[in-house]
Amino acid sequence: MVGPIIQFSNVSKRFVKGKETITIFDHLDLSIQAGDFVAIMGPSGSGKTTLLNLMGGLDQATEGQITFNGAAISGLSEGQLAAWRAVNVGFIFQFYNLMPMLTAERNVELPLLLTKLSGAERRQRVQAALALVGLRERTGHYPREMSGGQQQRVAIARGIISDPKLLVCDEPTGDLDRATADEVLLMLQTLNQEMGKTIVMVTHDPAAAKYAHRILHLDKGAFTDRELAA
Amino acid sequence: MSLVNQIAAVTALNFKSMPQRTLGSLSTVVAVTLVVTVLLAFLAMGEGFQKTIRGSGAADVALFLRAGAQAEANSSVTRDQLRLIEEAPGIASDASGKPLVSGELYVVVDGIKKSSNTKANLPLRGISLKGTATRPGFRIVAGRMFAPGANEIVVGSAVLKEFNGMDVGSTVRFGTSTWTVVGVFDLGGSIFESELWADIDVVQNLFQRQNVFQLARVKLEDPSKLVALKAFSEGDPKLKLEVVSEADYYAKQARSMTGLIQKLGWPLAIAMALGALAGALNTMYNSVASRAHEIATLRCIGFGGLPAFVGTLLESLALAALGGLAGSLVTWLLFDGMTASTLGSNFTQVVFKFDLSPFLVLQGILIALVVGVVGGVFPAWQAARMPVLHAYNRS
Ligand SMILES: Nc1ncnc2c1ncn2[C@@H]1O[C@H](COP(=O)(O)OP(=O)(O)OP(=O)(O)O)[C@@H](O)[C@H]1O
Ligand SMILES: [Mg+2]
Repeated sequence: MVGPIIQFSNVSKRFVKGKETITIFDHLDLSIQAGDFVAIMGPSGSGKTTLLNLMGGLDQATEGQITFNGAAISGLSEGQLAAWRAVNVGFIFQFYNLMPMLTAERNVELPLLLTKLSGAERRQRVQAALALVGLRERTGHYPREMSGGQQQRVAIARGIISDPKLLVCDEPTGDLDRATADEVLLMLQTLNQEMGKTIVMVTHDPAAAKYAHRILHLDKGAFTDRELAA
Repeated sequence: MSLVNQIAAVTALNFKSMPQRTLGSLSTVVAVTLVVTVLLAFLAMGEGFQKTIRGSGAADVALFLRAGAQAEANSSVTRDQLRLIEEAPGIASDASGKPLVSGELYVVVDGIKKSSNTKANLPLRGISLKGTATRPGFRIVAGRMFAPGANEIVVGSAVLKEFNGMDVGSTVRFGTSTWTVVGVFDLGGSIFESELWADIDVVQNLFQRQNVFQLARVKLEDPSKLVALKAFSEGDPKLKLEVVSEADYYAKQARSMTGLIQKLGWPLAIAMALGALAGALNTMYNSVASRAHEIATLRCIGFGGLPAFVGTLLESLALAALGGLAGSLVTWLLFDGMTASTLGSNFTQVVFKFDLSPFLVLQGILIALVVGVVGGVFPAWQAARMPVLHAYNRS
């Protein structure tokens, strides 16, 4: 796995609120290698979530170029971007973002509804993914019947079900206790090491960041670690 | 196939989460139910009224009215004219070979309505026995027919049902005269069932209207004879009466009254529909807001805007359709077949039945669906445009 999977060149991001323009990133460069596990840390408001959104195609850069495996994603239309996300990115959120009225199985199946797979194929894949995150016995359970750690594992299964190269996680253990957080982090590590998933994870927790290969520190829209650029 | 899957899945999600919004959903259903009930009640009333009046007119019966008299109430025909009419061509004869020509006169008398215990106008129609021969379907259902020359009346079955003191054997007083009810008649649910009938000579005498009729009712050999009859009336300077078929006459009367009922019903229903629409919009915007987190999460995963749009629209349509069906059911249970009476065009009471036809129900469902579509399309658009970043809000 060589070559950057994600490359930011001269990326600026500004939000316009009324007459005010807030600049979050001003000509930012960044490159993340395929197969890497990167933790992003930094104070609240430093732009961590905004960075993940740009990487995951949830938001567009105001200026500059973002490439994924060498192809630019800046400039795609909203619809194209949605289709691109479906294939290339898995999202893991702090609050799991499961559909409360769907069982674990149905939640995990959702991304596969965007593919051409048959119902039987979908079911088979869902079972495999739930087994992988250790929830084989929980397929018919609803989110409210599961602990936070279990819900996050369902979310991870959903994140990897369509086999994306990239997983972006915004404080995936922010709502979990230490032991449960470690379980989830171990799972992410396994996905990185054994399935070659590239993982970018935002966290406030230094213990969580230790699971990553690389830690980037963001402050006021810039990296403070000098060595990483390009 | 995948788009259909997406839409089906998102719509199912939508519907599965509806129990969390019971109150809003329920209020939309109730509002639409009210709209449809009011509309259908008015339409069913119009339909029933129209049917009653329409059923009163036959194509092979012609009416002679004073030229320019729009209605029986302000028409008059003299005894001499009546005699001339008997000579006219194309008129059917009774068993003894006499032409079926019936001079009729009605006066307005007071009755007491059972429902409200208030006075209401009733038409007392003087007819000859020939008059019943021009009205097929006439049937005495209790007692007997009045005897010629006697102070006796027979009452229409609707009058018996809606008014006090009309049972066979009762004595009724109109002005200075006293009458005995000797029978009850049916006439196929027509307007005549809202009348009292007595012998024409007695009515003319007791109400000081000797030698005057309001109209002549004649039975034609067949409907095509109307043309010849019109020409006959035109050609005789002593006649110069207006000749119309009974069917046309009542159809025209029905039109004006039904028009009035509909002119009242539709605007009221539309005003209420606007209220229901505001409610539906509110409910659906709330629905979208409460699902913002889920919709945005689906967008992150890669779902398009269309499934969210369709799901929201279908939710709104389902609520409205439910209201439409409930409204139809309520109208049917409360009103269909219900008897009501109202002022007819000659200011006497007409008794009729509410009549909820499938065509009317269709109109009710239609207005419900319009509320559903309009109340759903804007919120659905908002759902389709949901910013993905809402996925970060705590659900
Ligand atoms: N859609 C937006 N519109 C305007 N301003 C925004 C928007 N999203 C983020 N911001 C601003 O950008 C800055 C960075 O926000 P961001 O969410 O990326 O920070 P963060 O590092 O993730 O913070 P936290 O640790 O609290 O999650 C903040 O000042 C925030 O107010
Ligand atoms: Mg953040």
